[in-house]
Amino acid sequence: MINYSKFVLDNGLRVVVNEDNSTPLVVVNVLYDVGARDEDPDKTGFAHLFEHLMFGGSIHIPDYDSPLQIAGGENNAYTTNDITNYYCQLPAENIETAFWLESDRMLSLAFSRESLDVQKKVVSEEFKENYINQPYGDVWSLLREMTFKVHPYKWMTIGKDLSHIEKAKLKDVKDFFFKHYTPSNAILSVAGNVTTEQVKALAYKWFADIPAGPKYERHLPQEPDQTEKHFLEVKRKVPVDAFYKAWHGVAWNTPEYYSMDLLTDILGSGKSSRLFQSLVKEKKLFSNIDCYHLGSVDAGLVVIEGKLAKGVSFEDAEAGVDMELEKVKEEKLTEKDLEKLKNRVESALAFEDTSLKSRAADLAFFELRGDAGMINTVKDKYFAVTAEDIRAIGRKIFREENASVLWYRSEDASGLASEAELETENERHD
Amino acid sequence: MIDRLMPPGLKSPLDFSLRLPAFEIATLKNGVQVYQVNGGAEDVIKIDWVFEAGNVFENKNGVAAATRELINSGTSNKSAYDISNQFEYYGAYYSTAGFSENAVITVNSLTKHIGDLLSVVREILTDAAFPEDEVALYKQNRIQRLKVYLKKSEFLADRLVNEALFGADHPYGRKVEIEDIEKIDRESLIAFYKSYFQGGNCRIFVSGKFTEKVVSLLNEFFGDLKFTSKKKITPAALHPMKEKVLHRVVNREGVQGAIRLARTFPVLTDPDYKPALVLNTLLGGYFGSRLMSNIREEKGYTYGIYSYIQHYPDVGVWQVATEAGRDVAEAAIEESFKEMKVLCETKVQDDELKLVKNYMLGKRLASLDGPFKVMERIKGLVLNDVDQSFFEETVEVIKGVTADQLQELAVKYLQRKSFYNVLVI
Repeated sequence: MINYSKFVLDNGLRVVVNEDNSTPLVVVNVLYDVGARDEDPDKTGFAHLFEHLMFGGSIHIPDYDSPLQIAGGENNAYTTNDITNYYCQLPAENIETAFWLESDRMLSLAFSRESLDVQKKVVSEEFKENYINQPYGDVWSLLREMTFKVHPYKWMTIGKDLSHIEKAKLKDVKDFFFKHYTPSNAILSVAGNVTTEQVKALAYKWFADIPAGPKYERHLPQEPDQTEKHFLEVKRKVPVDAFYKAWHGVAWNTPEYYSMDLLTDILGSGKSSRLFQSLVKEKKLFSNIDCYHLGSVDAGLVVIEGKLAKGVSFEDAEAGVDMELEKVKEEKLTEKDLEKLKNRVESALAFEDTSLKSRAADLAFFELRGDAGMINTVKDKYFAVTAEDIRAIGRKIFREENASVLWYRSEDASGLASEAELETENERHD
Repeated sequence: MIDRLMPPGLKSPLDFSLRLPAFEIATLKNGVQVYQVNGGAEDVIKIDWVFEAGNVFENKNGVAAATRELINSGTSNKSAYDISNQFEYYGAYYSTAGFSENAVITVNSLTKHIGDLLSVVREILTDAAFPEDEVALYKQNRIQRLKVYLKKSEFLADRLVNEALFGADHPYGRKVEIEDIEKIDRESLIAFYKSYFQGGNCRIFVSGKFTEKVVSLLNEFFGDLKFTSKKKITPAALHPMKEKVLHRVVNREGVQGAIRLARTFPVLTDPDYKPALVLNTLLGGYFGSRLMSNIREEKGYTYGIYSYIQHYPDVGVWQVATEAGRDVAEAAIEESFKEMKVLCETKVQDDELKLVKNYMLGKRLASLDGPFKVMERIKGLVLNDVDQSFFEETVEVIKGVTADQLQELAVKYLQRKSFYNVLVI
């Protein structure tokens, strides 16, 4: 059991505390209820760009990082399609430094033009590093466009297009801040060597005078049911053919979410999983294969992806995948299968709870979704899943009219330039 | 009203008591040492079996990694599936990792299930079969993986810089090519397995929340195995490349270049090693470093740039690594060398030195949080054959090092002419 307590400030900031006196550290985590799904379709990538700008100085503090480092701390942040999360970890004695820094940037950023200009370039390099200059780097951009026609999950967190980031203006930054970065759209969670009383005092001192701001009401276009199978074939300079098949799944707040999670686990997690055993080991159709879901708050995707074994056609690979899916739709899992899934859930949750950072982030996420206490009850939700539930969710998701298939074909088998060619291109710069 | 311009008071990290927590060592019947760190709130356990089975011991390229990765692919009684399923059924995680000297087998599990898993690890260590079809499948998949990696400029840059530093025939500089993987056969795997796993040198590291029962189980399953004592390795001779500037265009359409600036550096026990950790942090070891501040935060040439000091048993490497936009890659290299030059010519100011020290001490405090992290520290010391006082000595050096010392070190090590300058687009 993870102990926790929570309270709310008058301006709407929700605060959750996990006391753990076995560590010399404390993690201060601030989650903002905004992600790439809240972006304007013409300004994609903005939530993530904004995350970078949160380190470019706040209204009273020109530099976020240095004071934290002087306190012996470190920090980072991440943006997903659903949320933006910031954390700092520091020696427990110096916890107030984190409150000072986080409250000042919730109060207001410095909105420096210079920081915007530089971070636009940095994010462009991040885009290139991960999505352009990488083999298979554009897969997610293709898959999202294929599967989502209206829901903003149709673009990646980094953005749909580099030009969106390049066009960002200081006014966009300000508007975004005052719309989303308000106390009522945030959760503050603290885990580590602190007491709730201490956190209460610090939260009132540093956060209570921040104006509540407007509460952001989310009205996202919901994706209509897909009625026919989508198909796309692309040719790229990659060395190996890759196969992707994606289906619309269920949303986080549905009871079926846990069945979906276990379904993807039995199919695709580990070397004893069904897809690996059947399609890599026995039939030798793939050299590797995975099945997972995106874990998103609105209904996201269930994906099966794999690299084709040498000489295997896309048609045979897909038929092999479909045959395994027929099995989970027809035959119920055995007691032993279920036992395995539950052992795996129990273990994964226990390992997750060993980390202070993940405890703080989980408490904030669950509180945002309605109740931090879910950190302790989520296991029961998994344990309540039956073999029939898993078969039912398989039947619901794995329908051809709900599927999108991407054949990512290798167009040059040779791959690299030859070594001899490399030598001639060896430039001298001394 | 609170004064938001005033930072809150601090306990200076210089005043932290940073001591490596106590750990225990048990010795199995056969002399194998079991290092233990017990603690934490969750009933989880991690066990590492460390063998001297790294790639310095292989006489055919790629065999050490293949043996390690195939060691769990079947025994006389169990198929690869049976073995994976035994771990995965209990929600445990089996993994391996390879280094120049060592190979590590790791099992993470709920403590209550560890008894059901040790017998499988024993089978892997005593009776691995390396079935032909598993070997063939592995080779095919590893070749595919390598083909994908060969498309990544960062992978090519890493290979090139290691070849430059050590030589193409040196264990740290050797490149595994597709032809090497094609040549791997079952016989060489079995031979490597017999010499370096079955009859090799083994050390065990246990961390998490567990009772003495775990040690008696380890004795039961591993205490009768015939392992050997540590081997004395004669370091291979270095054959560094003469040409220092190695710029290559592999992908004409590449939008970024992978940059590696590297030189050799003394080993862990050299008196320069500990203070150089501070100089390295200042240069490129943290988010606020000189390289990051200039090349990312001021110029926006890259998503990230870092410097590292890596150590092998007989030699170290000091390296700057980044991926920068193709049209600014040259400029990023020039700016990196400029930052080194500044460190040689100008003493670091007190404020910045204090910040770096505090950051490093905070990092060390965080590295002692919980049994898994403490064990990583201890394992690092044990495997590098250094005394546990090394940790506390490093802390004292961080606290005490002066701006003058750092400048001297910069002059000694951060000269442009000593660095290989690798760029792969």
